[in-house]
Amino acid sequence: MRVPVQLILGAILTAVFIAAAVLSFVWVPHDVTALNIAAKLQPPSATYPLGTDHFGRDILSMLMVGARTSIAVALVAVGIGLALGVPLGLTAAANRGHWIDDLVMRGNDLIFAFPSLVIAILITAVFGPSAVNAIIAIGIFNIPVFARVARGGALSLWTLDYILAARVAGKRAARISVEHILPNIANLLIVQGTIQFSLGILAEAGLSYVGLGAQPPTPSWGRMLADAQTMIYTAPRLAVLPGLAIVFMVLGLNLMGDGLRDLLDPRLRRVRT
Amino acid sequence: MIGVRDLSLSLAGRPILRDVSFDMAPGRIFGLVGESGSGKSMTALALMGLLPQGAQVSGRALLDDTDLLALDERSLCALRGNEIGMIFQEPMTALNPVQTIGDQVAETLLVHGRATRAEARRIARQKLDRVGLPAERFPLDRYPHQLSGGQRQRVCIAMAIALRPRLLIADEPTTALDVTTQSQILDLLKGLVADEGMALLLITHDLAVVADMADDLAVMRRGEIVEQGPTEQVFRTRQHPYTQALFDASDHQPEGGSTPHPAPMLAVRGAVRTYPGARRGLWGRAEPVRAVDGVSFQLHRGESLGLVGESGCGKSTLTRAILGLEALQGGEILLDGQAVEAGQPMPPDMRRKMQVVFQDPYASFNPRHRVARLVAEPFHLTVRPADADARVAEALRAVDLSPDDAGKYIHEFSGGQRQRIAIARALITRPELIVLDEAVSALDVRVRAQILDLLADLRGRLGLSYLFISHDLNVVRAITDRVLVMRAGRIVEQGPTDRVLAQPEHPYTRGLLDAAPRIPPQWQQREDGDERPVV
Amino acid sequence: MLHFVLTRLLSLTLSLIVASLVIFAVIELVPGDPAAFMLGLNATPEAVAALRADLGLTGSPVARYLDWTGGLLRGDFGQSYTYRVPVSELILQRLWVSLPLAALALALSTAIAFPVGLLAAARRGRATDYGIMGATQLGIAVPNFWFAMLLVLVFAVNLRWFSAGGFPGWEAGAGPALKALILPAVALALPQASILARVLRSALIETLGQDYIRSARAKGLSQGQALRRHALRNALIPVLTIIGLQFSFLLAGAIIIENVFFLPGLGRLIFQGITQRDLIVVESVVMLLVFAVITVTFLVDIAYALVDPRLRHRR
Repeated sequence: MRVPVQLILGAILTAVFIAAAVLSFVWVPHDVTALNIAAKLQPPSATYPLGTDHFGRDILSMLMVGARTSIAVALVAVGIGLALGVPLGLTAAANRGHWIDDLVMRGNDLIFAFPSLVIAILITAVFGPSAVNAIIAIGIFNIPVFARVARGGALSLWTLDYILAARVAGKRAARISVEHILPNIANLLIVQGTIQFSLGILAEAGLSYVGLGAQPPTPSWGRMLADAQTMIYTAPRLAVLPGLAIVFMVLGLNLMGDGLRDLLDPRLRRVRT
Repeated sequence: MIGVRDLSLSLAGRPILRDVSFDMAPGRIFGLVGESGSGKSMTALALMGLLPQGAQVSGRALLDDTDLLALDERSLCALRGNEIGMIFQEPMTALNPVQTIGDQVAETLLVHGRATRAEARRIARQKLDRVGLPAERFPLDRYPHQLSGGQRQRVCIAMAIALRPRLLIADEPTTALDVTTQSQILDLLKGLVADEGMALLLITHDLAVVADMADDLAVMRRGEIVEQGPTEQVFRTRQHPYTQALFDASDHQPEGGSTPHPAPMLAVRGAVRTYPGARRGLWGRAEPVRAVDGVSFQLHRGESLGLVGESGCGKSTLTRAILGLEALQGGEILLDGQAVEAGQPMPPDMRRKMQVVFQDPYASFNPRHRVARLVAEPFHLTVRPADADARVAEALRAVDLSPDDAGKYIHEFSGGQRQRIAIARALITRPELIVLDEAVSALDVRVRAQILDLLADLRGRLGLSYLFISHDLNVVRAITDRVLVMRAGRIVEQGPTDRVLAQPEHPYTRGLLDAAPRIPPQWQQREDGDERPVV
Repeated sequence: MLHFVLTRLLSLTLSLIVASLVIFAVIELVPGDPAAFMLGLNATPEAVAALRADLGLTGSPVARYLDWTGGLLRGDFGQSYTYRVPVSELILQRLWVSLPLAALALALSTAIAFPVGLLAAARRGRATDYGIMGATQLGIAVPNFWFAMLLVLVFAVNLRWFSAGGFPGWEAGAGPALKALILPAVALALPQASILARVLRSALIETLGQDYIRSARAKGLSQGQALRRHALRNALIPVLTIIGLQFSFLLAGAIIIENVFFLPGLGRLIFQGITQRDLIVVESVVMLLVFAVITVTFLVDIAYALVDPRLRHRR
């Protein structure tokens, strides 16, 4: 099997960011909590590879720790979506035409009516802003996405003869869903997972940009951008670098998702030729 | 008029057609017969210039003096629909679902600039009338989803003949249709060839259809024409062994079988299954649809019972009810004296007694499991025996596969082999009754003959009973002792298969038999004097 | 068709009722007394009690819910505590910024996505297609608020073609007002256009593989004619879904973009509401956003039926 170029490219980009995030737990070039006004707004140099911000903090170090925040938030949010959405979708598909299916799908539509930012606003209005609330807001929005993907994939499988054969063998719907359906929709879920991961990164950046995400002193890409906005005339570099980090991380995940789809789904591969 | 010379074709380096040559004449039907993968559809697409990307073609296809294979895309567009029309196998998907049938027929005229919009609609109306879709029942603003499969195929024909092309290509035009609809469509095509004087290239896998339709015939195998000539002559001489093999397989009578005991294996009494009617308005509903409407019959131990009927007659619903997958609203189903109840797990002992084989060998298996696990799946409810692996090996041997195949994945097998694995899966619990739901319908004739032999042999050796559901009278003739004919939810006729198929009593059965194309009996004796028993 | 519209309307109403219940319940969850929460730590008990009465917090939850939704139906959204004006007035003012912004962005995104998606599908597998796919891949990865900052950097700071933010108000005339909305709309539209173009392309390519396209080609249509006459309309169904979803993303995205450009829209209102603990404003604006999304979903459903006769005729 030929591995698509975009998969390799995407995996490399993603790996770089994940490696930087993991590395930041044990080592960063400079402490991101220590302020050093004397060294503020320095251009890139040997000591500060990407320069410093208005508090004299090292940009590279902040980007590394920011990657940690972004990835953690997006990953947990995908986890919430998978853990709750997939069982819901499978249950709905197994009970097609039954009120359970209707209930799950109407519930999905209802969540879709609340854009993730609106959910975040509601949660923040009640519990105050924090990274955890950002995770919950993005995670809630992921639930109907995975539920739909799981249900759609499962529905097309439920009509196949091998599912009928399993039913004739006396297997119950729950067992069939786990044994026959889930492994055969895993491809779809993996691809959707990378897409939601990248959307999560974007959403987290947006939320922390408007102050609804991770709170100081935890560095995050979105808040770095918010801080940089006031200095866009004097230090445009501060606004450009975190943005580039977001773009490359999301680009890497999307390329990986597309590449995985090509690799895992022969039907789609056929369409491309 | 149309001459194909040394047509060769390869796709991505793989040879598909080799040196295909034949001639077609106006007002005549040329049949191209072969099994799946023989290259007959590719031949048609090559003539239309609609080959997939990356196809390498050589040779010539002359329409008068024009070589179709040498034309550029522009000239081909001008030619398609104009000089050459084509209809395809699957009428359910061959029409654009969001456009009216009138617009789709008129488009053929408009795209070639041969009529104004109003004129095109007038001609579309005429053509739809001609193909048997009269204005009062089929106005131009009907959408495809409002028509049945046969009616949609008529629309496709109207589209293809709107500009009176000189060549019409029909690629398996009736394979997806019921037998009575098939005979109507074939009659329509015959009539069009006679009236309009066009040449028809009829592509089919069904020898009986070409015997009935074609003036001339070519038999294709692995991209080559192995034999061709006037239809009757090809049928009578069968010079090529492959032609002979196809011929034998198409009317194959397996040996073996067993004698039924009068004890009932399966009893269905007054079975009724209705579905809620279509919604009318906000709260109203149409009358409920009675899919199965008071069906009663008995299947004896060791008997092979056929259930025939056209699509929508209720045989699928009845089958699902027998398997315990669908609840009945009335009546009862007894398997060896015990009631089958949907919605509750069948007791293991009952499960063991009844197994099933489905139609589509490609959808019947979870692609992620190995054969051993697939075949052993029915052990789920019965207790998994200690010698399960040995039982799997035994089942695989019973269907003429090797026990080593247990470690392979399903994609490593051909359609016929997969159907053998499906039978092995059914045999694993040592059942007494196997429900065969269109179990050989998706197979090529020669593979079908082999599977029928296998089924007959297993029945004799293991004393099995079969409930054989099929739309194909030939298959039912080959494998069943007794037959039930189902129509609109009811059994309209039943009796010994030989008697029902030879002297049908119900007009519907008679209609089915008349509609089924047949190779004329007098063609079955070989011309060279080699006497063969007429079966 | 009438039946279709009626059932959709029914489900729209149900969704609205459930959504209002959810929002009401969430606001009820605010720990402690909302009135005290709004006024902060230094409030006197009398002031809190007065505000409670003002807010209608004195009855049972059921009565208060009915009160609130009844008010919504009459267009009475209550009094904003911080602004001391009816919330409906505030919202109406801000709507005149947010709605044109979202509409402009949606129009822009659709206008860009259609030709681009069609071109990519028509040239699939060739250099043009790869180029477009690469560009849209990048477009999806760019966060819109960052793109907005870059636009400000280039067009406001360096080129000085636009101002970096603010809104002159419609009183200043349509020209200046629209000009103030152009950069924000572009920032919102480009990422969305990238998504839409990709969806359109893959929907078109999927449709091009259908049997009826082969039928159309057999009639003598060229590849391009088959694409325009048969594939496009069938590919519209997934595309409409995305356009509908995008509207909600655009409304939400607008909340952030308004912050970049200092536009006095709903987004600014909601953030002010949060920071000043003006829960009535938050509650009402959220309800309005949800109402907008549900209505758009309804319109998309109707559009489906217009495109696809099978839905129209299903009873």
